[in-house]
Amino acid sequence: MIAGQTSETGRTGRVLAAEARVVIVGAGHAGGTAAALLRQYGFAGPITLVGEEPLPPYQRPPLSKAWLKGEADADALALRPDSYYAEQAIALRLGARVEAMDLAGRTVTLQGGERLAYDRLILATGARARRIPLPGLELPGVHELRTAADAEALKQALGRGRRLAVIGGGYIGLEAAASARALDAEAVVIEREPRLLARVACAALSNFFQDYHAARGVAFVLGADVQAIVGEGRAEGVRLADGRILSCDAVLVGVGAVPNQELAQAAGLACEGGIRVDLRARTSDPHVHAIGDCTRRPLPLYGQAHRLESVPNALEQAKQAAADLCGRPEPAPEVPWFWSDQYDLKLQIAGLPFDVAQTIVRGEPTTARFAVFHLDPEHRVQAVEAVNAAPEFMAGRLLIGNRKPVAPEKLRDMSVSMKEVAA
Amino acid sequence: MAKITYIAHDGSERTVDVKPGLSVMEGAVKNNVPGIDADCGGACACATCHVYVQEPWLDKVGKPSAMEESMLDFAEGVEPNSRLSCQIKVSDALDGLVVKTPESQH
Ligand SMILES: Cc1cc2nc3c(=O)[nH]c(=O)nc-3n(C[C@H](O)[C@H](O)[C@H](O)COP(=O)(O)OP(=O)(O)OC[C@H]3O[C@@H](n4cnc5c(N)ncnc54)[C@H](O)[C@@H]3O)c2cc1C
Ligand code: FES
Repeated sequence: MIAGQTSETGRTGRVLAAEARVVIVGAGHAGGTAAALLRQYGFAGPITLVGEEPLPPYQRPPLSKAWLKGEADADALALRPDSYYAEQAIALRLGARVEAMDLAGRTVTLQGGERLAYDRLILATGARARRIPLPGLELPGVHELRTAADAEALKQALGRGRRLAVIGGGYIGLEAAASARALDAEAVVIEREPRLLARVACAALSNFFQDYHAARGVAFVLGADVQAIVGEGRAEGVRLADGRILSCDAVLVGVGAVPNQELAQAAGLACEGGIRVDLRARTSDPHVHAIGDCTRRPLPLYGQAHRLESVPNALEQAKQAAADLCGRPEPAPEVPWFWSDQYDLKLQIAGLPFDVAQTIVRGEPTTARFAVFHLDPEHRVQAVEAVNAAPEFMAGRLLIGNRKPVAPEKLRDMSVSMKEVAA
Repeated sequence: MAKITYIAHDGSERTVDVKPGLSVMEGAVKNNVPGIDADCGGACACATCHVYVQEPWLDKVGKPSAMEESMLDFAEGVEPNSRLSCQIKVSDALDGLVVKTPESQH
């Protein structure tokens, strides 16, 4: 009955029947937003939001920032108030892990064996912290930081005079180090590459962040080869290949994230470093959409596909999926962006540095207010990395979207306003 | 508690009680008041929590920070009474505050 009602007549005829059953797997930022948008766009049928974590959808960014420093409570993390889901008739199944999906039978199976039938499935399973094979990883006192439970455990380990060793100099590691310093704990960041943020930021930015952290008491070991986490019954140090042992009370391993795509892969959906989707968040199965950190998505501005790990991306794809299910037009593609807070620094990044012919620094890094612009051979902005530089970020984001070429000499000149540069 | 009134673009109004200490943005999100997206969750990084502060409240909500001002500079539909609602902290002094939300946040 249900299958017949959601008539499948090619790419335009996929509008949901009023009583179609929508199941969303993963109650994170993307899944929670998709459920809310389906209601906002007028879908009145049953929605079930299944999440492995015990909490309703919440925001992860504060976990390494305000929340870790004790400046935000659990209430502030929540995406919506708890009462929202009942009010909107969104059935929440928390603490429930989906173990398998059957694309032909259109069901998902929960841990314990219960089956949920769907007419439309949205996969929003996110990503998980990458685990590296490292002796000592199982010791108490070794942390990762992905969930509220992880953050709670890490917070317990921080405090005045404690020493945190962070393996991995990426955003989460650096934010955690800054938060540790705010709590009067010591922090040492250990990075394999010769510079911080090696995969995600340009060298000018890496150097700036390293200096800024070092001036606030964070120690760094770069180009380090970590051999093991050592300790008697709990983590007490990190051993490097050169024999050094960096002593600590706790270790945070922050070496990136891997997409939760196994479920999709096992069911036969096309995956390739993320579940493959199009600009409507459609997967290779007509009844399944996928959104957020678990996907590999097209980036029309850059003519490539990529996996993005950011809240703006989760929100954009939630809009794509909800619009598609409700028969709305495909939303215009957005410029990818990201932010990070460390100390009094606000870093905002827009775009991706593909096909860069020229890099321009606007402003003086020593003033902690500057931006790095990456231009393609036609002087079009491909990406901007802005530190305490909102005009540069906002104008840069516009320019990335509208593909207007800029004059490099104006961009370099702080006496020319960003309004004028972008005009 | 402070009463905050949110007027949507179509003129519909919602008045809700907001705990002092929360932001005007959080007051909307926690009470399911539409019209404020707040993509960055209050980090002053996205400008999708844009509101127009109604008189006589403009002076009472205080002045925007330099960061907020420059985010607003590049937002759409900006007026002299534009603010980012995540940057306005609710206090007893703001009991009765009225803000309007724009047609869309972007
Ligand atoms: C510490 C930290 C700081 C961050 N800071 C920023 C920032 O400053 N700015 C920014 O833009 N982004 C930031 N991010 C990234 C951002 O939080 C993610 O991009 C975003 O959460 C992605 O949303 P999602 O819904 O795709 O995935 P998630 O939020 O990870 O949600 C996925 C959910 O699915 C559940 N799940 C997975 N598999 C199953 C299953 N089989 N059955 C049931 N449930 C399942 C998971 O338990 C999880 O709750 C940060 C992330 C972390 C961890
Ligand atoms: S919520 Fe992003 S700027 Fe206010």
